[in-house]
Amino acid sequence: MAQAVDTTSTNAEMPKTKPASPWTLAFRQLRRNKIAMSGLIVIIMMFLICFVGPFLSPYSLETMSGPSNKGPSASHWLGTDKLGRDILLRVMLAGRISLLVGLVAMMVSVAIGSTLGALAGYYRGWVDTIIMRFADIMLSIPALPLLIILGAVLSDIQVPPDQRIYLVMFLLGFMSWPGLARLVRGQILTLREQEFMQAAEVLGLRDKRKIFRHLIPNTIPIIIVVATLSVAGAILMESVLSYLGIGVVPPTPSWGNMISAANNLIDFKKRPWLWIPPGVCIFMTVIAINVIGDGLRDALDPKMKK
Amino acid sequence: MTEPLLEVNHLKKYFPIQGGIMQRTVGHVRAVDDITFTLNKGEALGLVGESGCGKSTTGRTILRLLEKTEGTVKFKGTDLHELSRKELRAMRPKMQLVFQDPYSSLNPRINVGTAIGEALVDHGLVSKHEIRDRVKEILSICGLAPYHIDRYPHEFSGGQRQRIGIARALIMNPEFIVADEPVSALDVSIQAQIINLLSDLQEQKNLTYLFISHDLSVVEHLCNRIGVMYLGSMVEMAPREELFARPLHPYTKALLSAIPVPDPTRKSERIVLQGDIPSPANPPSGCKFHTRCPFAKEICKQQVPKYEEMASNHFVACHFAGEF
Repeated sequence: MAQAVDTTSTNAEMPKTKPASPWTLAFRQLRRNKIAMSGLIVIIMMFLICFVGPFLSPYSLETMSGPSNKGPSASHWLGTDKLGRDILLRVMLAGRISLLVGLVAMMVSVAIGSTLGALAGYYRGWVDTIIMRFADIMLSIPALPLLIILGAVLSDIQVPPDQRIYLVMFLLGFMSWPGLARLVRGQILTLREQEFMQAAEVLGLRDKRKIFRHLIPNTIPIIIVVATLSVAGAILMESVLSYLGIGVVPPTPSWGNMISAANNLIDFKKRPWLWIPPGVCIFMTVIAINVIGDGLRDALDPKMKK
Repeated sequence: MTEPLLEVNHLKKYFPIQGGIMQRTVGHVRAVDDITFTLNKGEALGLVGESGCGKSTTGRTILRLLEKTEGTVKFKGTDLHELSRKELRAMRPKMQLVFQDPYSSLNPRINVGTAIGEALVDHGLVSKHEIRDRVKEILSICGLAPYHIDRYPHEFSGGQRQRIGIARALIMNPEFIVADEPVSALDVSIQAQIINLLSDLQEQKNLTYLFISHDLSVVEHLCNRIGVMYLGSMVEMAPREELFARPLHPYTKALLSAIPVPDPTRKSERIVLQGDIPSPANPPSGCKFHTRCPFAKEICKQQVPKYEEMASNHFVACHFAGEF
């Protein structure tokens, strides 16, 4: 009987064209964006240098590898610091920490922000009120003073430097979820009224499935854009904190605490190789990530393009 | 006589109108106002009426996508509106809905296989290994190809999407399907295919339909009983042949006269109704239709006509049913 009403080809053979998911289409769009692609290349280079580079370096982090406070030379391309450590190696290792802080902080913020935002938007009512009021409270507390206080507390209870970076990551992530939660909630509030959500209701799908399979995937374009930009934000914030001496603390290197060399007037004037390299790294990474974020926004949300 | 599959008793659905600074309820839109009917297994009931008369709301309130205001909806003896969320979820597979808009009713980020099969898995009715085979089977029943399973909704035409929507409802093996204007978003040639598909499926699986439409000719093709709604109320309900041959309500007559007849020599005696449909927030007194009824008398403005069985299985709500 199906033949009687059938207009589509019912060949069982698989046609050659591959199914193009919305993601594939968005990625094609992104590939055409030259600025975003150059940002992506810069980021990939940065990752390669930071994560592969140190293995190629003849020096090690712990030992003094030459005379102290020497400018760039053939043996130390970016010079050495006051303890005679190789700056290039330290910049690369600091990059590991800074990038990792950015990524983990972003993941923490996305996990908390999108889940809470989705729950608030889906259930509305008192769930919404509690979550969003909490988010408002978080947003109304100035981040920097709070982080300075928390950093001081961490210093006070003498958390070992190598564990401290993880605390910094989670702290930064925990501070930045409310913005994302708001965006996700707003999206979910519109999405939940869509007809396909009524279809999900008629089918009797579980709430868990409705939220995580139907609603959140539709907010992923926004999440990706915000997440990308928040990596840059977290790297900057970490630099700020480390510069102030309350984020990642020596001897663990990070771009921020390396720049704090510029605190010292002599270092600032006479030894620019101490603070220019990490500064350039922060600058390039943040610009590159922001550019990728903008490209992703254009690729994933065609409506926002002019 | 066996128990009817669906019993709708004095169903009402009012939407509150909120106004003022305090968001107080200042009135109600009476979208569904006292609807009563029963539906036996294997029957197809068509629900017709102009836009905004509450057809879709009736369908959705029956399925409890909307909470009722008053009345009961009994499906196989259980009142759907009394069930807890958990019990309702367990009942869901037995009654399905086919949507009007094949574009917004499919989630753009979920591929066809998942969209059709996920509910079966979620209800634990079929294991994850068998699901692809089941989906492929249902795809070919609905006139789609098995290789469509990994595609995304945006790769399909409107008619194909509607088939996906039907497949999604059908795979649950429902007994009762509410079809909410399933063809009005499609062009005429595709409409015929979808209607044929629906009527073939009904024969095969002994399905029961509540078919909502504003197109009498579509309903005529598929349904063996037809109900006519006006402003939230049922004005007439009769078996198909009876309704077309002997309409008792003036509104039904007007609707029937509006069906185009493909015969240029025939002179149509079209009854053109005057005015617009009144607001369901402030319906006319007495018979709701009196403001537009060519036969309205004084009593129509004052007394609400009873919805009564005039002939066998032929219900009508009019003071002068069949007198003109």
